[in-house]
Amino acid sequence: MKQRIHYRELEGGIGFWVLLAGFGVLIALGLASVHYMETYGHWVTGMTNQVVWGIPHVFAVFLIVAASGVLNTASVASVFARTPYKPLAPLSGLLSITLLIGGLAVLVLDLGHSDRILVAMTHYNFRSIFAWNIFLYIGFMLVVAIYLWFNMERRMNRYIRPVGFVAFVWRITLTTGTGSIFGFLIARDAYDSALMGPMFVIMSFSFGLAIYILVLMSSYAGSGRPLGDATLRRLKNLLGVFIAAVLYFLAIFHLTNLYWAQHVGVEEFILFGGNVYTWLFWGGQVLLGGLVPLALLYSPATGNSRFWIAVSSVLVILGGLALVYVIIIGGQAYPLDLFPGKAVSSTFYDGVINTYTPSLPEILLGISGIAISLAATMVAIKFLPFLPVSLKDEVVEPPATPPAPATAEAHA
Amino acid sequence: MSKQPEENTLAAPERARRRFLTQVAAVTGAALAPGMVLFEVSQARALDQPVSGKVRWGMLVDTTKCTRGCDLCVKACDKENGIHSHGRPETDSQWIRKIRLRDLHTGYVQFLPMLCQHCKYAPCVDVCPVGASFRRADGIVLVNRHICIGCRYCMMACPYKARSFVSEPLHDQVPWSPRGMGTVEACTFCVHRVDRGHKPACVDACAADGPGALVFGDMKDPGSKIAKMLAKEQSSEVRADLKLDTGVRYHGI
Ligand code: SF4
Repeated sequence: MKQRIHYRELEGGIGFWVLLAGFGVLIALGLASVHYMETYGHWVTGMTNQVVWGIPHVFAVFLIVAASGVLNTASVASVFARTPYKPLAPLSGLLSITLLIGGLAVLVLDLGHSDRILVAMTHYNFRSIFAWNIFLYIGFMLVVAIYLWFNMERRMNRYIRPVGFVAFVWRITLTTGTGSIFGFLIARDAYDSALMGPMFVIMSFSFGLAIYILVLMSSYAGSGRPLGDATLRRLKNLLGVFIAAVLYFLAIFHLTNLYWAQHVGVEEFILFGGNVYTWLFWGGQVLLGGLVPLALLYSPATGNSRFWIAVSSVLVILGGLALVYVIIIGGQAYPLDLFPGKAVSSTFYDGVINTYTPSLPEILLGISGIAISLAATMVAIKFLPFLPVSLKDEVVEPPATPPAPATAEAHA
Repeated sequence: MSKQPEENTLAAPERARRRFLTQVAAVTGAALAPGMVLFEVSQARALDQPVSGKVRWGMLVDTTKCTRGCDLCVKACDKENGIHSHGRPETDSQWIRKIRLRDLHTGYVQFLPMLCQHCKYAPCVDVCPVGASFRRADGIVLVNRHICIGCRYCMMACPYKARSFVSEPLHDQVPWSPRGMGTVEACTFCVHRVDRGHKPACVDACAADGPGALVFGDMKDPGSKIAKMLAKEQSSEVRADLKLDTGVRYHGI
């Protein structure tokens, strides 16, 4: 006996509008920063000829990676046909589009010539993994949009599985592609690894789910809709698995690199260098973004507390940002090794550890990417029926043999 | 690259003899220099002719001649291409720079200029999403400043750190070497000079007032000075392991 799930637009009180206005302010600050950077040039940022990608890229890559991972919930529902995840699928699809938009916006706004976005859309170099990614991103949004439509349109419901499957394959490809942007940089010891692609896929699962949990919890708490414990428990257990998987992959990645003579230098620099990257890696990613949330999620004392589940999700996000920072900035801070066996020096910072200090405008630009994603999500759930009216346990997963005729509570 | 092992296996007297011959060749080369210029001019294509793949422009750097304290090539490049320092070394463009090498085991010190290596299989060209980075048929790697979106992926990809990003508004530009804020730039082999039958500014400066450590020409023309020297002397590519087939080669490293 199946119970229908009812979706409805979010009823927003004053809190909704205040929050939305807050994101609006963050977006405005980001745009003002872009104007400032475009007027004076990139020298006003912390980015240099040594560290050419900075904090905007950390946010952008984080969001793009998370965008693909957040679709996990929808994939579990459609590809793996797990009923309890079905009501969670529309929000999952929506977030994957909005996070991608936020990430891409940051990437585009940081370009030396953001005004040439049309050039980027009309000139393609098909040898470039970057150009392939542009296709992957646009295609991803289309596929997920179709998926959402099929999900909402009852007539199309029966086609949801194949579309869900396409979306699933697409997003794995997309994240592998994003990872390969780094993996293809053969000249840089920190990146030159085939493991980059798969590692990004695992990272995406964990970052995306953490964001999903937070958005779900806050929209239900904010609107007073019921959110059952079983749903949260399911999600937090999954998050725990993903966190562990990221830790496992990081261990493999760094261990294989340590065995590779050419990469030992950069590995030692990041893992044991005693610099900001060492701290961010061990303290930020491994401890705060990995072991602590793992303990919180599985400890009987905290594992069932909504507060601690939320804290764990925040930690996963912060740890994820730290990890992306280490990958992107740390990888550039370590100098290129042009002449193995020689000490090099020049007026162009050859052979030295490069420094990078993010400036306020670029931090604001990065944060505005998150604000764009969340504001777009809020507007969408406000005006379109993305969220189930109730996610009570008995609505999400009705007992196999219902003791009584269907209840009316879902029709609130 | 195949020449390197051979060089390494030479006995000491043989190496000395080669060095002597090299020096003789260099002296003769210097004496012949005016004639060389004429000869190389004849390699230039007419300006209305398309760039030809029959030519591969290249440079041979003799690191044994490049001296401490000299920066004639750098100065000449800056002047020729209108590159000015803004007093911010971390973001100032450098198309060519002097690198000091010190052997970690022996302490032996050398100097050499580093610039765009004009690779045949250029990573910057491969990664550029819009095709702004391109390689001419004659081997010169350039950036189309009208298309470049300033993503800096090419800078991430370049193994030689040869590219700079223009991080602030420009003034005093020279018409023959256009640049633009928000785009990436690098050594062009002074393409505007080469197309008119001249050599890059750095090469001329080093030959005129310096030790003449730089030789420029068509590597595919067996009669050119550079092709002859490459055939006769040891030379290697920087990061030869990447197999990029660079247009700049170094003797003595
Ligand atoms: S910075 Fe310009 S030249 Fe370099 S990869 Fe991007 S678009 Fe191409």
